[in-house]
Amino acid sequence: MVTSPAPTLLTPPTDPRVVGVDRHGDPIHRLVRPVAGRIVGGVAIGIAEHLRVRVLWVRLAFAVLALLSGVGVLAYAMLWIFVPQGVGTELTRPSATERRQGLGISAVGAALAVLGTTLGLGQSLGWIVGPLGLAAVGGAFIWREADDAQRQRWRRSAVGVVGERRSGLWRILGGTILVVGGLAVFALGQFDVGATGGALVAVALTLVGVAIIAVPWWIRLVRDLGAERRELVVQQERAEIAAHLHDSVLQTLALIQRQAAEPREVLRLARSQERELRSWLYGPAGYATVAGSDQVVGDATVAVALAAAAGEVEDTYAVKVTPVVVGDAAMGGGGSDMHALVAAAREAMINAAKHAGNPEISLYAEVEEDAVTVFVRDRGVGFDENTVGTDRRGLAESIRGRMDRHHGRATIRSTPGVGTEVELWMPIAVRIGPAPAQTPTVPDPIPVTPTPDPKQVSSR
Amino acid sequence: MSTPVSVFLVDDHALFRAGVRAELAGLADDRIVVVGEAGTVGEAVVRITAERPAVVLLDVHMPDGGGRAVLQQVHARYPEAVFLALSVSDAAEDVINVIRAGARGYVTKTISATELADAVVRVAGGDAVFSPRLAGFVLDAFSDRPGAAPLVDPELDMLSPREREVLRLLARGYAYKEIASQLFISIKTVETHVSSVLRKTQMSNRYELSRWATDRRLV
Repeated sequence: MVTSPAPTLLTPPTDPRVVGVDRHGDPIHRLVRPVAGRIVGGVAIGIAEHLRVRVLWVRLAFAVLALLSGVGVLAYAMLWIFVPQGVGTELTRPSATERRQGLGISAVGAALAVLGTTLGLGQSLGWIVGPLGLAAVGGAFIWREADDAQRQRWRRSAVGVVGERRSGLWRILGGTILVVGGLAVFALGQFDVGATGGALVAVALTLVGVAIIAVPWWIRLVRDLGAERRELVVQQERAEIAAHLHDSVLQTLALIQRQAAEPREVLRLARSQERELRSWLYGPAGYATVAGSDQVVGDATVAVALAAAAGEVEDTYAVKVTPVVVGDAAMGGGGSDMHALVAAAREAMINAAKHAGNPEISLYAEVEEDAVTVFVRDRGVGFDENTVGTDRRGLAESIRGRMDRHHGRATIRSTPGVGTEVELWMPIAVRIGPAPAQTPTVPDPIPVTPTPDPKQVSSR
Repeated sequence: MSTPVSVFLVDDHALFRAGVRAELAGLADDRIVVVGEAGTVGEAVVRITAERPAVVLLDVHMPDGGGRAVLQQVHARYPEAVFLALSVSDAAEDVINVIRAGARGYVTKTISATELADAVVRVAGGDAVFSPRLAGFVLDAFSDRPGAAPLVDPELDMLSPREREVLRLLARGYAYKEIASQLFISIKTVETHVSSVLRKTQMSNRYELSRWATDRRLV
């Protein structure tokens, strides 16, 4: 697993056509039959793109395989049936050279099949070159037409109604005649119609004919239905998200317009809306939490609690708090060390918001193996700690006292005119992981918007 | 004053491009000059290779592959271009992705015009620009977690204690000058450390780094 992780990291994960990456980090595309550049069914091109080899080699391989009693032909037919057509309405004709080359290889393949049969590699000679060959060509016509019909449908849904195509009708008709005729001649030649079981053979062959003619549309129909259903689910999800976002964003915009005269209030609203959007998109802590945090009940992690506290201070005092949290840990039960730490950090932020006179506050927290360190910093007026009145209990009680009671430590550095930084250090008892996490009894100060489940979203 | 740094804007929102342009012009800063802008990946690649700006301000999220596609395509034809990612998305994966694709820095769109101009000048001079959040991401990605895979290349896959300290101070919102005085080193040394961290972030094959970004993939 250590080999080369960068590629996974660099892959755009949203492209539904990409099924994975190779060891160079290039995306591997899902096997489809592209419309552009196809000669018969687009099978060879699709395989060439999927395996990233030259299409010539794939065609040659099919031709050589045809030597073995027509295995190549059979494989081609099967792939044509089961590999879905690539989405795309544009129809690029292959270049004349490529077309000649492709048809040439097909001819060589057919010749090889015949050759193989005459050399005794199989007994299908009479069938392949005879009436069954005709039936196969008819089948190819019909399948090709079904491909086109499907593309037409896509195009119709994309740009509106497209007129009926006469050539399609002729192709189906011709194909049907070839299939029916080929099978009939084959039956007449191979079986004694009057003999016992003749009727059975006729029925079986009729069924084969009907299958060749009808199955292409049936398969496409089923496949399209599946695709439509998936599309519907995605649309519903999108609609839900949109409904939620539009609702809250519109509300905020309305509030902003009403209070346009108060820049402070406008800023506050904009920040709170931004925070909500972010928590929707990237998780409550500004980004997703650490792997394994699923085990933690609810949002009971330090990163989330700090982000919530920062949001609350932002909202109340119209300042900007930028939280950066490295690592994460479980909060533990109510009244735990971590709750005390978050409360102290909140108090430090409130102090900065109230007294610093600069609306920008940095919050940085680092969760290590054995301790959590939080820094709250402003670039405000600063103060001389000795001059702070004894009546101001915020610093002494809410920050220092709280940290001391929980075996932590608070260090305050302040320079008048430069700013203040409060450093909070708390030894850690509960780490994220197998340790049973308790539900906090202290409610979150701000209801955090639920985030979409990461697994659900990424598997979309 | 030497010749101003030429800047090119890439963002799919015309309104935002106009905003940045106006803000940078409003600074009347003779260190930088905006030479062009583009709204799509294709347009950006063509125009950047034609205009040859010193610095490209690159939006991370765009249709047709985003900033990373621009980075890769331009890099093949005009490797001298310096990219500074400018994005509203703080998604860890996006940030690490553009950095690993070759961007010299990452700043969020909420940055003030003055800070943006400083950042542009700094990346043009060969430095790296780490916003507090990016510093946090990188610290997190290089942190040792229990069960981590063994290091392949210790030189690349680990941060030195000094680099860690510098990153921590960056994450705490310190400016280079403040970091220098806090650690009793010169600003030049701070820059060297930051550049070294950038190189490690870009080059490291550290398993943690990729898993870290994948773990945090939400959207």
